[in-house]
Amino acid sequence: MSETEYDVVIIGAGPAGYVAGIRASQLGLSACVIEKDKPGGVCLNIGCIPSKALIHQAEVFASASDLEAMGVKVDRSGLDYSKVFKKSRDAADTLSRGVNSLLKKNKVPLIEGEARITGKGEVSLKDGKKVRGKNILIATGSRPKVIPGFEFDDKLVISSDGALMLEKLPKRVFILGGGAIGCEFAHVFNAFGTEVTLVEMLDHLLPLEDSETVGVLEKAFTKRGMVVHTSTKATGMKKTKNGATVSIEGKGGKKEDVETDLVLVVVGRGPNTENIGLDAVGIKTERGFIPVGDYYQTTTKGIFAVGDVTSSPLLAHVASKESEIAVEYIAGHNPAKKVDPMAIPGAVYCEPQVASFGLNEDAAKKQGVSYKKATFPYRGAGKSVAVERSEGMVKVLFDPKTHEILGAHIVGADATELIHELLLAKSSELLPEDIATMIHAHPTLSEAVMESMRAAEGWAIHI
Amino acid sequence: MAEKVLMLALSPTMEEGTIVKWTKKEGDAVSTGDVLCEVETDKATMDYESIQEGTLLKIVVGNGEGAKVEDPIAIIGEKDEDISSIMAEIGSSRGKEKSPAGSTAANGEKGGGTEEAPTGGHENGGAPAAEAAGARPVQQPSTTAAQGTTGAPRSAAGPAPRGTEGRVKSSPLARAIANDAGVDLTRVSGSGPGGRVVKRDVETAIEKGTGTGSTAASGVSPGLTQQEIPISGKRKIIAQRLSESKYTSPHYYVKISVPADGLVEARKKLNARRDKKVSMNAFLIKFAAEALKHHPMVNSSWQGDKIIMFGSIDIGLAVAQRDGLITPVVRDCGSKGVVQIDEELSVLIDKALDGKLKQEEYSGATFTISNLGSFGIEEFTAIINPPGSAILAVGAIKKEPVVGENDEIRVQTNLKLTLSCDHRVIDGALGANFLKYLSDIIEDPVRVLY
Repeated sequence: MSETEYDVVIIGAGPAGYVAGIRASQLGLSACVIEKDKPGGVCLNIGCIPSKALIHQAEVFASASDLEAMGVKVDRSGLDYSKVFKKSRDAADTLSRGVNSLLKKNKVPLIEGEARITGKGEVSLKDGKKVRGKNILIATGSRPKVIPGFEFDDKLVISSDGALMLEKLPKRVFILGGGAIGCEFAHVFNAFGTEVTLVEMLDHLLPLEDSETVGVLEKAFTKRGMVVHTSTKATGMKKTKNGATVSIEGKGGKKEDVETDLVLVVVGRGPNTENIGLDAVGIKTERGFIPVGDYYQTTTKGIFAVGDVTSSPLLAHVASKESEIAVEYIAGHNPAKKVDPMAIPGAVYCEPQVASFGLNEDAAKKQGVSYKKATFPYRGAGKSVAVERSEGMVKVLFDPKTHEILGAHIVGADATELIHELLLAKSSELLPEDIATMIHAHPTLSEAVMESMRAAEGWAIHI
Repeated sequence: MAEKVLMLALSPTMEEGTIVKWTKKEGDAVSTGDVLCEVETDKATMDYESIQEGTLLKIVVGNGEGAKVEDPIAIIGEKDEDISSIMAEIGSSRGKEKSPAGSTAANGEKGGGTEEAPTGGHENGGAPAAEAAGARPVQQPSTTAAQGTTGAPRSAAGPAPRGTEGRVKSSPLARAIANDAGVDLTRVSGSGPGGRVVKRDVETAIEKGTGTGSTAASGVSPGLTQQEIPISGKRKIIAQRLSESKYTSPHYYVKISVPADGLVEARKKLNARRDKKVSMNAFLIKFAAEALKHHPMVNSSWQGDKIIMFGSIDIGLAVAQRDGLITPVVRDCGSKGVVQIDEELSVLIDKALDGKLKQEEYSGATFTISNLGSFGIEEFTAIINPPGSAILAVGAIKKEPVVGENDEIRVQTNLKLTLSCDHRVIDGALGANFLKYLSDIIEDPVRVLY
């Protein structure tokens, strides 16, 4: 029996894989997607989406205090976290089914099974079935990283996977890792009343973000009663009768033991590149990642790798874009060779939100890039005061000579939405004056974006 | 309510398209997304997907006919709907657009004449080597609807598109940098979306040290700017046809110097009695036709499995246009006098310069002449223009010292002719005989009477 040969065989149905499948179909290529778990990948099933469902509910719950401010008596005792959990699963399941039907609509077969590359253009499934493709796209994603001494047991020590599958809130949580995932869980746990200790090894939370904007977040977290330790390492952990004691060591060797009921380890993610048959086609990983060149081609012709398995930023939207580039290239189009790293938005969904792209001030200083900065506080935009979200700022770095936007950093309400006006400006090469002179509706938070651009031009009005 | 179906721009540069084939018939039901017809653009043959629904009431532009973008090609409406008013409207607008020179007999049934797209074949037709059947761009495999409907990113890498007033599409940042560096944006090719000039284009121009306004401003001749120039349909055909000719037909060249006094004298005498001067090229065409009559194998074509000896002497003359070159063809030169040839030639050249030649006016030359004499070129070799098997390259008329029969040195007015021959058809002796015969006529035009 002759097997069908696809134009592209895609391994993994996460935001890289399923988008690749649909894009391939749009461009007239035949493609199939192989997935061992549910379509949608980490993002949909055990990442972005369910976490956003939790965050939303946390914020709804926290807004009870706004009701109290109106004199409404709120009884919080009925909180049933298992219901919160169930809602987050419903969101994930709905969207996972959505991916399924999107693939179906685009006539991209979704093959269930664990794939392994067994030769040039050949992928084998566990059951012995073979799938052939002129091209293979590896999009197998990543999984939570383990650190010695804090191995996951899914009870006391959990990963982000475990945190998303929690059905009961702990009284105290110790979060190891102050990156985006750590901050978002800290926000959720804190909003539902859990005592949070958040520990980051580097000198500020969200180490990849601009330290000035993150300062606003750290202050807000502390104000909300979280204990935040930066420049601090967790040196060990001892199990106790009811939980664990985690030893930490801060700046100058300051040691402390923290009692907790749950340890959440979120120190990063590692690529899923084992057991997918890379040896069979001569691909060598570097620190576990698959090296890729232009158009996300691996060192082996006809094999592409996108998303978290490469060393690009661990972001769903980056993975999707990379897969589009690879597929467009396979289809003979002429896409950009790769994602422009300076035009990737990052979004962190705590309160206040943090969103950014491009150069931050710490990096600019370190690299000796000449820049000027303009900042504008949220409170200068009337809307933020009216809706009681005046905590925040818009910060933009720009080239002193050409005024090219080099990077933008927003902390505050709706930052993850507001960032896109600046990102569009960046990617279309608009200048601060273009946004500064554009009429923005009043009253909106977007006025803060406009004012930051006016500040860059030296004429912010409301400050 | 019946609606016109308009020709759409199926590629970014498309100005007109030719209906290759209607896939729907008049009377067929059409829903959105149905393929109505295949359209050949300047780039490829693509499916035309309907954006309207209803019944295909009337095909206005038939198979093989062309239409400009936005021109009506069909009418869609409800079954049995009266379309007489819409047809009248189409008829009058199509009538108006037609240039008098370009129109032949109107096809009454089609309500306004669809025999020829207003500039049909013009875009395609600039090739010197355009054959009747081969004048269109090579059909690429149909790129299907995907390209049109799913927004495949088009990375246009051409010179910056100009807006209405010659404004260059450019990003504000690119303008700012160009302004600072004194780069003239009109000389920078854009690589951004829609060919927009973006930062990296300006930086490339600065890096290469080109496109700076200072040199332009001071009136010094501008430096070169590396640019990517999109291939026009015409350029593509020139490239393809001439490459094919040069690569497949074994060229050889025979060259001769001809005393031109006789020709110059003959022309002077003839023109002395005329208001309108007969051109030198008309003489060359006439003389070549006479020489071809006596060497019919030179007026023939290699066809792979046979050689066709043509029954008519149709001589093409290479004419430079702004955007390429074209060879208008004077038909049946063997039976025409030099005055008639000249009259026909001047009409054809005017049309060629206006870009209004019709395909039958520039294709199918059985012999071609290329004259670079007016550029001061002494001699050159030309590439054979299929289906012909030979092309005559004519240089400038120039005084030269020559050694006479008695070893004396004297001044002679010479014309240098180089004949390129396809060896598959014309052997060396034949090529030599033909050229000698032609040069004898030029030297002593009375030999035309032979």
